[in-house]
Amino acid sequence: MNLKLATMVVAGVMAAAPALADLTFPALSYRTGPYGANGIPFADGYQDYFTLINERDGGIGGEKIRLVECETGYNTEKGVECYEATKGEAPMVYQPLSTGITYQIIPKASADGVPIHSMGYGRTSAANGKVFEWVFNYPANYWTGASVAINYLLEQEGGDLNGKKIALVYHNSAYGKEPIRTLQELSKKHGYEFVEIPVDHPGQEQKSQWLQIRRDKPDYVLMWGWGVMNQVAIQEAANIRYPMDHFIGIWWSGSENDVLPVGDGANGYKSLAMHGTGMDYPVYDDIKKYVIDAGKGAGAADQVGSVLYSRGMYAAMLAVEAAKKAQELAGTSAITPAQMRDGMEALEITEEKMAELGLPKFGQPFTVTCENHGGPGLAMVQQWDASAKKWNLITDFIAPDMEVIQPLIDEDSAAYAAEAAIVERCQ
Amino acid sequence: MLYREAGDFSTTYEQDSQTFPIKFDRWGYYVILAVAFLVIPFLINDYWANAVFVPFLIYAIAALGLNILTGYCGQVSLGTGGFMAVGAYACYKLMTSFPEISMFVHVLLAGGITAGVGVLFGLPSLRIKGFYLAVATLAAQFFLVWLFNKVPWFYNYSASGQISSPERTVFGIIVTGPNTEAWAKYMFCLIIAVLLAWMARNLTRGSVGRKWMAIRDMDIAAEIIGVNPLKAKLSAFAVSSFFIGVAGALFFSVYLGAVEVGEAFGIQKSFLVLFMIIIGGLGSIFGSFAGAAFMVLLPVLLKNILVGQLGWATDLAAHIEFMIVGGLIIGFLILEPHGLAQLWRLTKEKLRLWPFPH
Repeated sequence: MNLKLATMVVAGVMAAAPALADLTFPALSYRTGPYGANGIPFADGYQDYFTLINERDGGIGGEKIRLVECETGYNTEKGVECYEATKGEAPMVYQPLSTGITYQIIPKASADGVPIHSMGYGRTSAANGKVFEWVFNYPANYWTGASVAINYLLEQEGGDLNGKKIALVYHNSAYGKEPIRTLQELSKKHGYEFVEIPVDHPGQEQKSQWLQIRRDKPDYVLMWGWGVMNQVAIQEAANIRYPMDHFIGIWWSGSENDVLPVGDGANGYKSLAMHGTGMDYPVYDDIKKYVIDAGKGAGAADQVGSVLYSRGMYAAMLAVEAAKKAQELAGTSAITPAQMRDGMEALEITEEKMAELGLPKFGQPFTVTCENHGGPGLAMVQQWDASAKKWNLITDFIAPDMEVIQPLIDEDSAAYAAEAAIVERCQ
Repeated sequence: MLYREAGDFSTTYEQDSQTFPIKFDRWGYYVILAVAFLVIPFLINDYWANAVFVPFLIYAIAALGLNILTGYCGQVSLGTGGFMAVGAYACYKLMTSFPEISMFVHVLLAGGITAGVGVLFGLPSLRIKGFYLAVATLAAQFFLVWLFNKVPWFYNYSASGQISSPERTVFGIIVTGPNTEAWAKYMFCLIIAVLLAWMARNLTRGSVGRKWMAIRDMDIAAEIIGVNPLKAKLSAFAVSSFFIGVAGALFFSVYLGAVEVGEAFGIQKSFLVLFMIIIGGLGSIFGSFAGAAFMVLLPVLLKNILVGQLGWATDLAAHIEFMIVGGLIIGFLILEPHGLAQLWRLTKEKLRLWPFPH
C-alpha cells in the first residue's frame, strides 16, 4: 500500500504540467508499436510544418505554436490518457491518426468543446456537420475512398462491372470495416460480386487469406490495411503472382514503407491518394531551409517527402489555415478551441491558396460548411514504380458517387444522433 | 514499536478471525477507506479519474477475479480478455435494450452473464489440468473475440463494429457517457471495487475458499477428504468470471466509452491481468490491488517523469518505459517470486520485531 500511495503522490506532482499562452496543438502520435513505422513519418510531417510556421512566419498571426506530443502507440487506453493530459491546455484540434482513438474521443471532445480533425480516417458519418458539431473529416473519407476506387475500376472496365468479382482485404477493426457497407451498396448498383476477407491485428499472418484469393481469382482486390499488414499483403500478392495493377489500396496502404520491402514484386501496385507526394513542391525549399538544415526536424528527419510525411504536413497545413481563418473571424489572434472550430467550419481551400502556400496541385480545392464537414472526397490513383522507387500519379482527381454515399452518411449519423440525443444544427 | 500484537486481546471468535488482527493494520485500512471515499472524490479531476484511478480500480477487479481462479483454485486461465469482452458486450446490450434501468444493475447482470459463460468454458477443467487448461481457455479467448467481431447483433449492427456507451445513470447521477463528472465515475467504480473485494475476502476465507485451495494444493487429496471437484472448480470459474465480467462492463461503459473487441479485449489483456496477479501475488487480495497498481500506474508515472519533467522525446520515453517496467518485473520476481504481497508480508513480519530483530 505504501508503494501505491507514494506512486500516486509523485504522479500528482508530475501531472500538474505547465501551460502558458500560445496556441497549443496536441500531437497524439505513435512512434512505437506495430504501427510505428507508419506513425513516424506522419508525426514528423505534422510537426515539421508547425516548426516551419514558427520559424518562418513567427507563428500563426503572431501567435507561436506550442506542440505537445503524446505517444499513444495506436492504443486506445493510452489515447485516453493523452487526451485527458492535454485537454486542459486549450488544445486547438486533435488529430489522433487512429480510427479507434477517434471513435473514443468523439463524444468526449464534443462534450468538452474541442475540435477533432480526422483527415481521411475516423468516423465517416462525421461528415454530417448537422450532427457532429465538433468533428471534421475533410477533404476525403473512407466511403468516398471506396467509391472512388470503384469509379476508377468502372473507368478501367469501360463503365461496366457486371459479373466482376471484387475482394476487400481489410484490417479486422473499426477502421477496416468502415468501407464494407459502401462497397455492398455499390455492388447492388453496379452488379459486381463483393467478397470480404478480414485480416486480424496486426496482420503478419495472411497465408490463408491469399490462398483464398488464389482460389477464388477475384478480378480486383481492394485493401484497407495499416502498418505491417500492408507489407505482408503486398508480399503475399506478389507470391501468388496476383496481377499487381489489379490490386488497389486505400491511401493508408500506399506509402513507401508498404512497397519497398517487397522489392520488384511490388511493381505496379496501386493505391488511392488524396494529395500529391515527392519533393517537387516549393514548400520543401522552406522546410529544408528553416527546419531540416537548422537541425529542428522532428524525429530522425529522414522521412521528408515520403507519402505519409506529406500527409502529416497536409494535415498540419489545413490546421494552420483553419486557425488563420478563425483568427480572422474572431478578430483576435489568441483564439479559443471554440473559435478554432468556427474557423474549421468556414475553411475554404482554393488552388490559388495552395499555390501561395508552396503546394500547387497538391490537394483538392474544397469548402467546409455547417452541413458538410467532409469536403468533396475526391482522390487520385497512384502507382508504384519499383525500379525508380517512386509513386507516380496515374489519374487526375476522381469524384465519388455521392448519390450512394450521402444516404449512408445520413443514416449512420441519424443513428448516432438518436443514441446520443443530439438535435440537428444548421437549420 | 507501534506495529505489534501485544496489548490487542481477542475476547470473541469473531475478533480472533478478523482480517486485520493488528490494530495498526486495522486503522490503516480504515484510513485508506476514509481517504478513498471522503477525500479523493472532492479533489479528483478528469485526468486523475480517467488516467489513474478508474483504470486502477477496474484492473484491480479483474485481477481479483483472475486471482480467485488462478491464485486460490489453481486453474490457469488465459481467457480473461475474452471474459471481459463478454461483460462489456452484455453490458452494452443491456444498456441499449433497457435504458431506464440503473447502471448498477446492468453492471452486475453483465457480471452474471459472464459467470454463465465462464462456467461453460470451465467445463474442460474437470478433465484437463495445468498448461493444457491454459490452452483450452486460450481457445475461449480467441473464440469470444471472433464471435463479437463476427455477429453484428452484438454491436447493434453499427457500421464499424464499435460499441459506444450511451449516457446512463445511477440514482439520477450520470455515470457513463461523455458528460460524466470525474467524481461520479470514480465513486461508481470504487463502490463496486470495495464491495467485490470485501466479497472476495470473505469467500476465500470461508468454506468455499478452503475447498478451492484444497483443489489447488492437491486435487486428489482434496477429493479424498470430501471436496467435490466439479462444484469447487465450477464455482471458482463462476465467481472469477463474475468479477472479470464486471470489470469488462466497467472498462467499456465507464472508462473507455467506446471499444472495439479485438483491440480492447485481445490476448494482450489476458496476459496483462495474468502478470498483475503474478507480480502482485497469487492467492492474495492485497496482491491483486498491488499488481494492478504496478502495471497500470507505473507506466503513467514513468511517462510523466520522462516526458513531462525531463522533456525526453516521446518515442524514446516509450521505449525506456518498456525497459524499466520489464526490468522491474524481472527484479521483483528474482528477489521475491511470490510477488508484492509476499514482500508486504515480510515487511510486516520485520516490523513486528523491530527494533529488536533477534
